[in-house]
Amino acid sequence: MKVGVVVFPGSNCDRDMYHVLTDVFNLDAQYYWHEKSLPKNIDAVILPGGFSYGDRLRAGVIAAHSPIIKDVQKMAKKGVPVLGVCNGFQILVESGLLPGVLLKNESLNFMCEWTNLVVENNKTPFTNQFKLRQKIPIPIANGEGRYYVDDDTLKELKKKNQIVFRYDEVVNGSSNRIAGVCNEDGNVVGMMPHPERAVESEINPIDNKPSSLIFESLLSKMGVSN
Amino acid sequence: MSLEPQELTELKSKIGRDPTSTELQIVAAEWSEHCSYKSSKRHLKMLPMEGPLVITEKGYDSGVLDVGDGYVVTAHIESHNHPSAVEPYGGAATGVGGVIRDILSAGTRPIAIFDGLRFGDIEKDQQARWLFKNAVTGIADYGNCLGIPTIGGEVEFDKCYENYALVDVAAVGFGKKENLIKNHAKKGDIVVLMGGSTGRDGIGGSQFASDSLESEDRSAVQIPDPFIEKLIIEAILEARNEKVIHAMKDLGGGGLSCAISETADALEIGIEMDVDKVHTRESDMHPDEIMVSESQERMLIITSKTKFKKLQEICKKFRIGCSVIGTVKSDNQMHVKKGKKTFANLPTDVVANATLLDLPSKEPTYLKTIEKEKKLKPISDYSKTMMKLLSSPNIASKIWVYGQYDHEVGIRTVVKPGRDASVLRLDNGKFLSVKIDGNPKQCYINPREGAIGCFEEACRNVVCTGAKPIGMLDHLQFGSPKDPEIFWTFLESLKGLTDFAKDFKIPCVGGKVSLYNETPDGPIKPTPLIGVIGLIDKTPQIPQRISKDDCLIIVGETKDELGGSEYFEYIHKFIGGKCPTVDFTESKKNMKSVLEIIPKKLLKSVHDCSKGGLAVAVSELSMNNQIGCKVDLDKVPAKKLDADRILFSESHSRYLLTFDKKNLSKVEKILKKNKTSYNIIGKFGGENIQFTKGKKSIIDLRVDKAQKTWLNSLKDLVLHG
Repeated sequence: MKVGVVVFPGSNCDRDMYHVLTDVFNLDAQYYWHEKSLPKNIDAVILPGGFSYGDRLRAGVIAAHSPIIKDVQKMAKKGVPVLGVCNGFQILVESGLLPGVLLKNESLNFMCEWTNLVVENNKTPFTNQFKLRQKIPIPIANGEGRYYVDDDTLKELKKKNQIVFRYDEVVNGSSNRIAGVCNEDGNVVGMMPHPERAVESEINPIDNKPSSLIFESLLSKMGVSN
Repeated sequence: MSLEPQELTELKSKIGRDPTSTELQIVAAEWSEHCSYKSSKRHLKMLPMEGPLVITEKGYDSGVLDVGDGYVVTAHIESHNHPSAVEPYGGAATGVGGVIRDILSAGTRPIAIFDGLRFGDIEKDQQARWLFKNAVTGIADYGNCLGIPTIGGEVEFDKCYENYALVDVAAVGFGKKENLIKNHAKKGDIVVLMGGSTGRDGIGGSQFASDSLESEDRSAVQIPDPFIEKLIIEAILEARNEKVIHAMKDLGGGGLSCAISETADALEIGIEMDVDKVHTRESDMHPDEIMVSESQERMLIITSKTKFKKLQEICKKFRIGCSVIGTVKSDNQMHVKKGKKTFANLPTDVVANATLLDLPSKEPTYLKTIEKEKKLKPISDYSKTMMKLLSSPNIASKIWVYGQYDHEVGIRTVVKPGRDASVLRLDNGKFLSVKIDGNPKQCYINPREGAIGCFEEACRNVVCTGAKPIGMLDHLQFGSPKDPEIFWTFLESLKGLTDFAKDFKIPCVGGKVSLYNETPDGPIKPTPLIGVIGLIDKTPQIPQRISKDDCLIIVGETKDELGGSEYFEYIHKFIGGKCPTVDFTESKKNMKSVLEIIPKKLLKSVHDCSKGGLAVAVSELSMNNQIGCKVDLDKVPAKKLDADRILFSESHSRYLLTFDKKNLSKVEKILKKNKTSYNIIGKFGGENIQFTKGKKSIIDLRVDKAQKTWLNSLKDLVLHG
């Protein structure tokens, strides 16, 4: 299967994501510069983390107007799995593919630390291998990572099962401790924590298996056994 | 800020005429202490700079070490003290930017940042708190945006830095040996300025940094733009892969003046350039301003006319400026024009090589009495003293600092910050461990032994991860060299470092000298900062969770040498006494033993004793693992010392080994074989950190209480004062 890794000016987790897709999960991954278009036969799209356009104006807002986003929107509509991690999540939110906004952390500081996620929806292409409420030790690294939605939208999200990950404890002041959400169809997922930093035991001081399930879920969705 | 009268006379005699105003600006920048090293250069030669792994090339700004399998590691250290003292956010951020470009100019990708920060007494001094907070944010915002992990460093507070700041940044790069840029140029090649535009920020920055800080000259501070720097990194690495770079240099202190003259001098060529071709931020800049502007995020590249097309294409992709500003000549002249009019035409060797000084030195008078100890006030409750130390800004956890740095990006960080030294994995299966250490309190008391101590401490920290030291970076920070007493302390530190480097066969692969670090109250304490790069072939020592009944061994002797210790200075407010000295033979023996045990996978953790002594080192193990520990001070190898001396002495060459008791005989066998001085001093368990002397309890603290204080006190101090 073919996975596209979209690269914006200022993306900085693109190479980490590519390494994990190709060297750890043996996938056929390809970089796509933000001014290029995505091929029609692509099986999944990943928007990696970083500081697209130096986070100017607001994280993700300029990249959301990149030419490639139109293609990502088309793919999303067709049901192709799309994952946005950290800045990728911010871009998906800013481009209207996911609900909500991402605000500055409550501490007003950039935060880099390990935390625990809880899986709240195990029906998405990136979570289908998890047990519901399963915990994932994973690092976060962001300055604008506080997910916010108003109360009405929050009710909708709950009703439509769009909350994918919650933080196990209060981390940055996110609404309802939300760490990741999906669109109504469930094929577009955004998350602030970095799964690509947690799938190898060498750099994961706690347990690398849960994070690996995010990628194994994608493999299983595509009917590929790893 | 310009040339000294005798320097002007010298310049006139060398070029046989009066210099133009542009020439004066160029030479003043290049002959500044910051760019020319005129006071220090003749002495720096004493450091050993060669070794089996060291690769040297023309015109490199960073050191290169061969780490095997066709890979190299590059390393460099810089400071940005003067700018950070005036504008901490921009000063610290551009400090990161500068050192990153030094790594990039060798053709390697930057993979880690380290920062050493020093400020005044933040408990009392609001200004110091403001400087500290903003310098940390500056580093975080810059490094995080670049996607280069900041994985280590140190933070220290001392009254000698009041109204001032030391911001040191080291960086490490990694790449294939075959991709190193072998700087070369020939007649007809073109000179390209790539990256951000040239503006009026940072005008005269290098001269500003070569004088005492008397006025707050904000225009001399550069403005950071990490986004442009990130684009430059990716564009240059792409250009490197396309093999379109003949030679490359970053623009730092002295701007175009230094980059052009130093490149031309190193490659023995001439360069003719036109300031009208430089892409500027403002339209009415004078040639003088363009030549000395220190606007950030710029690189100078020499390429051929045919390869330029590809370079231009790459720059277009990343939308960064790329101007052909000149051509390579064979006349060894630096020729600056504006259109057809000449503004400067100087021999490059005159510009790039200031006359070196041989400054007088004299032992400072204060040193004659400083080792004398005063009678200390007796302490009735050591548990209280211990809590006070754990909450003191120099000893408290620095998690508030490194928690703001992305230390995971790049997915190389095997041992995370907050331990002895961080460890990165490399693409050839080996691991790299790097640590920077300084100790101005000890260097003030004994500049020679203090400097050696910093070197040994940095080595000790990488040894704790299982790494063998393979290279050293030195950053020598002192007050005005024109004061013979200060210059003496500079020379003593340098001699000490040289002796250690030669004896331990650790080559100096890069460094920097920063002089004129003076505050309104006088010079800073001597602050050499030493970075040590260690290489691990197979097995890094990754800290494992310590559990009940695990054993604790101390390797090395604890001696009565508390001068410059946190115990003397923070608890007793006493500056003086005998500072710790490194016994080279003992140091080597201990390193050898530890490095022999680690690959056998017998240990759960290895931790060094440094600031705060044994008491703090043991407490850190307990707090990091949330488990109690009981240590008998009578078991610590030390010659009849009082309890407080054993607890708080900062003697070097000491390691704490923690392991499952079933491994005891195997560990002891190696220590005995190497005739290492060691002893089993305690075991883990319970909920309290306890130190006893025989049956008498000296310290008894709950781990959770200690941990809470240790983790939160620095953050509380910064946020709430």
